[in-house]
Amino acid sequence: MSVTNLKGRKVLLHDMCLRDGMHAKREQISIEQMVKVATALDAAGVPLIQVTHGGGLGGNSLQHGFAMASNEEYLQAVVPKMKQAKISVLLIPGLGTMRELQSAYDCGARSVHVATHCTEADTSPQHIAYARKLGMDTTGFLMMAHLNDPAGLAQQGKLMESYGAQTVYITDSAGYMLPGDVIERVDALRAVLKPETEIGFHGHHNLGMGIANSIAAIEAGASRIDGSVAGLGAGAGNTPLEVFLAVCDRMGIVTGVDLFSLMDVAEDIIVPMMDHLVRVDRESLTLGYAGVYSTFLLHAKRAEKRFGVSARDILVELGRKKMIGGQEDMIEDTAMTMAKERGLLKAQAA
Amino acid sequence: MKKIKCALIGSGNIGTDLIYKIQRSEFLEPVWMVGIDEKSEGLERARSMGLKTTALGVDGLLPFVLEDNIQIAFDATSAYVHAENSRKLNELGVMMIDLTPAAIGPLCVPPVNLRQHADKREMNVNMISCAGQATIPIVNAVSRVQSVGYAEIVASLASKSVGPGTRANLDEFTFTTSNAIVQVGGAKKGKALAIINPAEPPVIMRNTINCLTEDEPQQDAITASVLEMIKEVQKYVPGYRLVNGPVFDGNRVSVFMEVMGLGDYLPKYAGNLDIMTAAACRTAEMFAEEIISGKIQLQAKETV
Repeated sequence: MSVTNLKGRKVLLHDMCLRDGMHAKREQISIEQMVKVATALDAAGVPLIQVTHGGGLGGNSLQHGFAMASNEEYLQAVVPKMKQAKISVLLIPGLGTMRELQSAYDCGARSVHVATHCTEADTSPQHIAYARKLGMDTTGFLMMAHLNDPAGLAQQGKLMESYGAQTVYITDSAGYMLPGDVIERVDALRAVLKPETEIGFHGHHNLGMGIANSIAAIEAGASRIDGSVAGLGAGAGNTPLEVFLAVCDRMGIVTGVDLFSLMDVAEDIIVPMMDHLVRVDRESLTLGYAGVYSTFLLHAKRAEKRFGVSARDILVELGRKKMIGGQEDMIEDTAMTMAKERGLLKAQAA
Repeated sequence: MKKIKCALIGSGNIGTDLIYKIQRSEFLEPVWMVGIDEKSEGLERARSMGLKTTALGVDGLLPFVLEDNIQIAFDATSAYVHAENSRKLNELGVMMIDLTPAAIGPLCVPPVNLRQHADKREMNVNMISCAGQATIPIVNAVSRVQSVGYAEIVASLASKSVGPGTRANLDEFTFTTSNAIVQVGGAKKGKALAIINPAEPPVIMRNTINCLTEDEPQQDAITASVLEMIKEVQKYVPGYRLVNGPVFDGNRVSVFMEVMGLGDYLPKYAGNLDIMTAAACRTAEMFAEEIISGKIQLQAKETV
């Protein structure tokens, strides 16, 4: 296998601990912890740090859990402490709105991932255009990207570019992709997007492929990589950023981030914060293997406790029913239906 | 028996599906279909189903309103043109059923507040959104038992059933529905979430309704109220079905619903569109009954 020489290639690292990591913490990260982590990442030279509820703007809900503070409170605490890093937010149309984007901008957020399912880019034109009008660094973020073929995904990316997105992300929400899948999709996007439009990759480590997939993306032409220090994120976590950075350093990829500082953030701050060790285990491996949205993991574990159906069985069933990100309500629903079928729960007469 | 003559404005999926529902009604008769493209499939189909058509927008209908005794109009165009359509037709004494997010008139969910609107002889009522029609009856079923501090609904829609207008204006959908959860549902605060699922074969519309009661939920009373409300909705949407719940977790009441459409013009999975047309038709029928019985006399408004 030939390996492209990536020496000297510049890649922008975007940390997800304080957004995707919120999923792994059941949204329970305090303002003080946010400030501590963001300050340490900033000092290590991480150029972009995402700070919001796990579901992004508008995420505080029964569906996605209530965080310890509002997105505005988190942003207002973190932004003034940054010496070089820009703070980004996530916005999923249908959950967050332009009002919340304006409010996040007013609190100092200057970059946004506008996220849709990989086939529904046309639900994002208002939000992408609004972000650009505010002058934000604007990304179109195509989630569950394994569920669209390369040509289809490229069309969706082209739509987002036409709304004003400056970067298009391939988002492996299920941690399902293999390097070949990533390369095909980057190639397809590169073929249709304008040369100045950047391509990004957001991985999940459910099959242990976060780093290999991110490197494959860079080889194919991606210039932005999402990860999270110590992998704090949904499922088996995001691409562990300090590990990825070590690989970048070895390959001569230029990131501007200091490896040893990032290793210290991982070991001294993030790992002690974890409620459970974020790793590839039976359930997160099931997500990657079955192609299920990583955020479903803890919800499925909760449903297992409530209704007595194993989390793995629930996750496989959700994959079979083709449930997508945002349908967390269907986890409880599916668990109840399965519990009835197994005689564990009485059916309601209606 | 006498039927009230109706005009349908907007010859897209919703307008076309409405023809089928109105043709079945005891009280309504579809007479005109208004479009903007002479060659559109919608106008073609309307003609083949015996309706008069115009491709000149509402202005093409106005000269025939009095002659053909049109008394109720359904607007399935867009929020941007609804205000003008409504003004022009109200002036001629035509009552408007608004299926756009314009919401000029009061919000209507038939089993919750239709009676009230009919009693007030409103000349324009708004049908909110598909998610609103599918979820607000349940919110109301809980809030009529005890105070609901917060209600949150999640509507999952098949990608194929969500048109370009809704897609390009998803925020309006969110705002309109959230507002109606409070105004009509009776919750103190409301939030609406929409998910568009592209799975093939298309998934049936699903809705999850979560209410946080202010005091400990009265489980038996809430369950009875929800089941009764579902029966009310089933009168005009037979495919409105309880899948799971009501299930209680602390003060949280969760109800999991599914809406299968009748499959008139729209496919059965598009329960979201069907519940809009069915609710609009039900609303028009209530007004029509009142007109026929002489309780309401629609009058042309003074031109201002």
